[in-house]
Amino acid sequence: MRLDYPPNVRIVNVPCTGRVDMLHLLKAIENGADGVYVAGCHEGECHFQNGNLKAKRRVAAVKEILKEVGLEPERVEMFHVAASDGPGFAAAAREMTERIRRLGPSPVRGAAEEDPLWEGGGAEAMST
Amino acid sequence: MVVAERKPIEEILAMVADFKKVLLVGCKGCVTVCCAGGTKEVGILASALRIARKKAGNPLEVVEHTLERQCDPEYVDQLAPMIKENGFDAVLSMACSVGPQFIAKKYPIQVFPMLNTTFIGGALEHGVWAEFCQSCGNCIIHNFGGLCPIARCSKSLMNGPCGGSANKQCEVSPEIDCIWHLIYDRMVELGKVEKLRTVFPIKDWSTSRDGGPRKIVREDLKL
Ligand code: SF4
Ligand code: SF4
Repeated sequence: MRLDYPPNVRIVNVPCTGRVDMLHLLKAIENGADGVYVAGCHEGECHFQNGNLKAKRRVAAVKEILKEVGLEPERVEMFHVAASDGPGFAAAAREMTERIRRLGPSPVRGAAEEDPLWEGGGAEAMST
Repeated sequence: MVVAERKPIEEILAMVADFKKVLLVGCKGCVTVCCAGGTKEVGILASALRIARKKAGNPLEVVEHTLERQCDPEYVDQLAPMIKENGFDAVLSMACSVGPQFIAKKYPIQVFPMLNTTFIGGALEHGVWAEFCQSCGNCIIHNFGGLCPIARCSKSLMNGPCGGSANKQCEVSPEIDCIWHLIYDRMVELGKVEKLRTVFPIKDWSTSRDGGPRKIVREDLKL
């Protein structure tokens, strides 16, 4: 399937979203990503029983931390997309990119790191 | 183990507001097991602090390190070269409150606790911990079917239950099991329920905090 998804999304592959750690999400934000989202399987369809549910709880915990440090929690998100669902994956990428465009660039990126070509932000996706 | 919980990040940010460079020290003992102050939690807190301060345009350098334990001087001694050479404004300890006190005793630098040391307890399941012991200094749980009425009864009754026990719940909160209900059930199970007819004498609290801070000296172990 040849499907377009926004080019600003950088994909990090993981064997199962259960492997995604809070630190992976935080480090992306700390290093200037405008947003990070996890694309895991649908609930009840995890090949490793419940990795996606664990990821979901970790995403929720990172959202809490972002709130505590005064950053929009919407900059991290959990999406449920079946591994074979290309259009679903592209839709999640578009939704996240649009959301980040609305939020604007991450205030964590210092002035020196300001990207003059910013046009909707970079998002990192953790995907199976 | 000692069970602790991280302080709110807002409180920690206020503690470090005037600093530019701090050493964040975790502990591989109890607080690693209860997921409050081990290597992982050090990483998460360090990252959160960096994000908050980068956002504020006033970056904070956070150096991460985790010691084997912070309640033994030989491990706390290992921080010496780091503290000497790095020009830290402060040390942030992620151990139970023994840790920051041991570090403060050893080094002439401000030390801040990152955790609230909460109780002596155990894990009921992943992510859930409960209080089981109040370190009264004279264990008597064998008289109560092996369950501690001091730590686990809201009123520390030695001759319970009180009139508030209902449906196995403590009157203080439906979240709390009435330990005296559990003690009764357990004594029935053990065929020893008759023992509960004997009034348990008033506890001698001199082994607890009533005598001031406690100390244990073992001559056989001294070097
Ligand atoms: S310093 Fe505290 S948390 Fe760390 S091992 Fe010692 S008692 Fe446990
Ligand atoms: S209800 Fe039970 S646990 Fe609660 S205070 Fe009374 S005896 Fe103690």
